[in-house]
Amino acid sequence: MTQVIVTVMPKQGVLDPQGQAVAGALGQLGFDGVGEVRIGKRIELSIAGDDPAGQARAMCEQLLANALIEDYTVEVGA
Amino acid sequence: MSTTVAVLRFPGTLDHDSAVRAVEGLGATAVEAWHADAALPAGTDAVLLPGGFSYGDHLRCGAIASRAPIMGAVRRHAEAGGRVVGICNGFQVLCEAGLLPGALRRNSTLSFVCRQMELEVADDETPWTPGLETGAVISIPIKNNEGAWYGDAGTARVVLRYRDNLLGSTDAVAGVANAAGNVMGLMPHPEEACDALLGSTDGQIVLAGLIA
Repeated sequence: MTQVIVTVMPKQGVLDPQGQAVAGALGQLGFDGVGEVRIGKRIELSIAGDDPAGQARAMCEQLLANALIEDYTVEVGA
Repeated sequence: MSTTVAVLRFPGTLDHDSAVRAVEGLGATAVEAWHADAALPAGTDAVLLPGGFSYGDHLRCGAIASRAPIMGAVRRHAEAGGRVVGICNGFQVLCEAGLLPGALRRNSTLSFVCRQMELEVADDETPWTPGLETGAVISIPIKNNEGAWYGDAGTARVVLRYRDNLLGSTDAVAGVANAAGNVMGLMPHPEEACDALLGSTDGQIVLAGLIA
């Protein structure tokens, strides 16, 4: 089995109200140096077969990400 | 013969009972369709996807339900010109299935919003606002957390717009149809606006679109 990490993020330019709320809260805590905050998700998969990265990309296209509002990256681990 | 409306039920669907009552109040027959079925019930004339939290809203609202076995049958029904309406989570499912344009995102308020909303008819040539002209205003409640429609409002067939764009939808979109007009989704809940006791019967106007 190969470990694959998929990261799904809101597309640049798509409003991320969750990130904005967290940025506001960090400012209230006194973290003045924080610019933009964006929140996405990390999906850890263990995949069998010859082409785990290709499999993961196909999964992103079909289910894990919505291309209209999200971008994804695929990282193959050990 | 009365119209038969299949009311879909996924794990986590909540609003099927209200939807059944609303459909029956219009003189139609409501039948339940289960998510794992490969076909719609025999004699189905129209399909209603009710609201709720299908599959716990995991991954993205409506994403997993949109890949359920019953959705193949809904797609065929829609492609054959059959009427389909998706309400709230049902709207999210239809967008995720690619049967409607756009996607639903977290409300810009970052909160669950439950209140009566005024909606303006943006396109009076779809089946979903019979008897109303563009610009007419109806009142239907919303209750959602991920109700901000995002998409290309220039190419989408916008049926209803909020007068007050509280949730932060692109171009204040409350409901959109496919190009042909036979498939429609909206975040407001017409099934909760079918009884004067609840403050409005305007939901019956929208749901009348299910009855050819």
